[in-house]
Amino acid sequence: MKYKALIGLEMHCEISETNTKVFSGAKNSYSDIPNSNIRPVDMGFPGTLPVVNKEAVRKALMASMILKCQQPEYMYFERKNYYYPDLPKGYQITQETKPIPVGIYGELKFDFEGQEKVVRINNIHLEEDAASTDHFGSYSTIDYNRAGVPLLELVTYPDMHSADEAVAFLEVMRSIYQYAGISEADSKKGQIRCDVNVSIMDIDKDETLPSNWGTKVEIKNVNSFGGVRDAINYEINRQIELKEDGTYDSMEQQTRRWDEELGETIYMRSKVDAIDYKYFVEPNIPKFKISDEWKEEIRKSIPSLANERKERYIKELELSEYDATILVKEKKVSDFFENVLKENIEPKVASNWISSIMLGNLNKLEKEISDIYLTPKMLADLINKVTKNEISIKQGKEALLQSLEEDKDPNQIISDLGIKQIGSIDEIEKIVLEVLTEQPNAINQYQEGKTNIIDFLVGQVMKKTKGRANPSATYDLLKKKLEGK
Amino acid sequence: MTYMDKSIKEIHEALVNKEVTPEELIKESLSKCHVLQEKCNAFVTILDNAKKMEVTDNLLSGIPYGVKDNYSTKGVLSTGSSNTLKDYVPFFTATSITNLEKAGAIMVGKTVMDEFGMGGTGTTGHTGIVRNPWDLNRMCAGSSSGSAASVSAGVYPYATGSDTGDSIRKPAAYCGIVGYKPTYGMISRYGLFPFASSLDHCGALARCVEDVAIVVDAMKGIDKNDMTSWDSSNIHLYDSLNGNVKGTKLCYIKEICDINNYPNASLELKEHLHNFMNKLKECQSLGIEVEEVSVDKTLLNALASVYVVISCAEATSNMSNLTGIIFGPRGEGNNYIEMMKDYRTKGFSPLIKRRFVIGSYVLQSQNKDRYFHNAQRVRRLLVNEWNKLFEKYDAVILPVGSGPAKTFDDTSNMLDKNTTILEEHLQIGNFGGFPSITIPSGFINNLPVGLNITGKCYDDEKVLNIAYALENKFGYKGQIAKEVKENEI
Repeated sequence: MKYKALIGLEMHCEISETNTKVFSGAKNSYSDIPNSNIRPVDMGFPGTLPVVNKEAVRKALMASMILKCQQPEYMYFERKNYYYPDLPKGYQITQETKPIPVGIYGELKFDFEGQEKVVRINNIHLEEDAASTDHFGSYSTIDYNRAGVPLLELVTYPDMHSADEAVAFLEVMRSIYQYAGISEADSKKGQIRCDVNVSIMDIDKDETLPSNWGTKVEIKNVNSFGGVRDAINYEINRQIELKEDGTYDSMEQQTRRWDEELGETIYMRSKVDAIDYKYFVEPNIPKFKISDEWKEEIRKSIPSLANERKERYIKELELSEYDATILVKEKKVSDFFENVLKENIEPKVASNWISSIMLGNLNKLEKEISDIYLTPKMLADLINKVTKNEISIKQGKEALLQSLEEDKDPNQIISDLGIKQIGSIDEIEKIVLEVLTEQPNAINQYQEGKTNIIDFLVGQVMKKTKGRANPSATYDLLKKKLEGK
Repeated sequence: MTYMDKSIKEIHEALVNKEVTPEELIKESLSKCHVLQEKCNAFVTILDNAKKMEVTDNLLSGIPYGVKDNYSTKGVLSTGSSNTLKDYVPFFTATSITNLEKAGAIMVGKTVMDEFGMGGTGTTGHTGIVRNPWDLNRMCAGSSSGSAASVSAGVYPYATGSDTGDSIRKPAAYCGIVGYKPTYGMISRYGLFPFASSLDHCGALARCVEDVAIVVDAMKGIDKNDMTSWDSSNIHLYDSLNGNVKGTKLCYIKEICDINNYPNASLELKEHLHNFMNKLKECQSLGIEVEEVSVDKTLLNALASVYVVISCAEATSNMSNLTGIIFGPRGEGNNYIEMMKDYRTKGFSPLIKRRFVIGSYVLQSQNKDRYFHNAQRVRRLLVNEWNKLFEKYDAVILPVGSGPAKTFDDTSNMLDKNTTILEEHLQIGNFGGFPSITIPSGFINNLPVGLNITGKCYDDEKVLNIAYALENKFGYKGQIAKEVKENEI
């Protein structure tokens, strides 16, 4: 490989965890019913005015702090002016880099393929989302539910070199937004959208000198992590081909869009035709001071993030790094795990049930943890039944799978089926004696040293009890009898 | 017996004493609305089915009033005098109008204005020009033209206005009435169609200082829907009018008031400034100290351009919501760009389009620093200059305009660059958000002229009290337009 790619990201993430929108009193909530979460200001009716949602600012500042950015002394908002039907006011209220937005100049460190990766953050700013549009042949529809939803835009330096690195960055950011209670960060709900900048340069040149960088190509509106990966790979290959053809140097700085269906980036406009957004400070929002006390209060309220939880799982709960990594990958899984622990389940046992059994099943069923009926309490009760030998592990697993499939309480499934493990020694002993009477040959063989015949005898007990006898108690009892104790 | 030509207090007493009922007042007011409409075209909408309100202790209860057509009024056509909103009926009411409703006031008309408040002539509204009740061949100035005309004609005691450059205070002068815009943010702008948000003020026009005080007392108040509004619950405009101005210090600016600044001065201008100087002497007789001060002429000369740059820039952005997609008559075209273009091309008057072009030009990235940012810098310098004056003086007193109302065919004065400062200085009140009031100060050729008193932010009580004292001294309180009066409206 003669070339190296430089990749920068603009990651937009809706702040979903506020009650209301960023400049409007309308509910901030995803809804399937179009135009149900709207107020006059969301549709730009004449005379309406923006009112800043303090909670959205708080969450934006928290994100800024987590990314080790500098926070401003005063908060300003700006207008970005352009015409589009999804933008009811004809401008978007956003922030520019001067005056400074909620954060500038930070960094994000994360593990990538066993190495520490640092991506520098240019800025993070708070803005409002546009309405969503659907286009049908001869007409289009507009849904203003999304208009005014708080949006965080994060702009990185071109510090990533591969699609995998870029996706890893996005995954870490998604986890941060989820753990910090800022956003569900669900790309299926359109809460995450990215613009990707890609350029390539000769591999032997010094990338710390911007003069060595290639021509920046911006790819707009990539709406899934898979899309980010494919778009970057496509664009790197496209640019390499231009290099090989000798036409790279004549390529102009440009904006392209990612066509998911074609799997191609498509030319939109050149830098020369870039829109002049005519930014100016929003006059309807007076600048307001971000006090040191408030900043401190926000800083103290940052919840423990994935990495901290992972460390705790390893150190305090003595889980393996592998299990801990799986448990913290999604906040909802980690929360589920912690809630199971609250029911006095051993961490290792809980981890086993969740990371290998439950998540495996969800994967198979193509379900999300947020979609399931099962509660941590139900799972804890199920685990308790197994540890108390009331049911076998196999029955427990089957009940769990059925519960995930059919949205039922697994404990209900068990009691409905009358499944109950025979745990009492007396009951098992009765059956063991029956089996031993029926199988004199087996006893002989055992006494001749063929000790693995005991497995056959356990099987016979199971057969008689339809699998309800506790296997280990059965084994112990058989052994005792066979050895004449 | 008529009541609509009386003061609020007089009408209230008549209501309380049951000399007259709110229904009778509505009837009188509506009938005068229709007569005035024939003569002056002051209304976009006359509310013939206006409902009576109970008479309470509130001075405004049961009394009719007018609303400038850029206030959003639920269920009542609100056009901003623009074709772009010619059929727009809002589903929410401006906060200040809701406050008046709560006081028991009765809206009977929506008044014509210059389209969206842009323009100072009263000739650009989509329903036609507004004529001055004192002389039908003259303008009212603008943009609160219909409000000024109707109040001066005695249709009702007061009307709301809005003021981005001088849109309340200039038409008030030309119509011989009182026009007051309080400190920025004292009245919520929620529901006021925006022109230039950092300069826009709500306010009132009435025939005496007491009345604007009563009206603004009712309109004002902090509003959760307007972040620039503030809590003024400790300000009581009407209650603090006592006429006691002894020891008050006023200043006037030489570069604006001295006749020697205007070598080609018309006779009207000479009389106007002469009258102003005489009025200053009357101030002194009340125990007010009046001093002449000097302000850098270069700074003053920049004023009008600063206003154009800032107001056009904000206007072009503020009116980007007018696309005909969500409201307004939808334009025709094969795609959204063509539809928006069609709607805006047909809907806006040429004057507004010119301002949009200027606004876009000064905000373009290659021009922004030179025009927009410099304008903001000069705005700050001018405001600082005025604030310095307020350290020494209670208020600045200046003549309004360069004489009485202009005739429709006379453009000579408007083109006279020499009088620009005189015509435009009220804009400083918008730059700084200062409380500012115009009161009648006499007549030139039987036409009213006015003077203006502007104080520092939050000093509204003081500014109004000075105006109150001067009004009593000058003796032009409660006057009704003579032309109309002679024809017995």
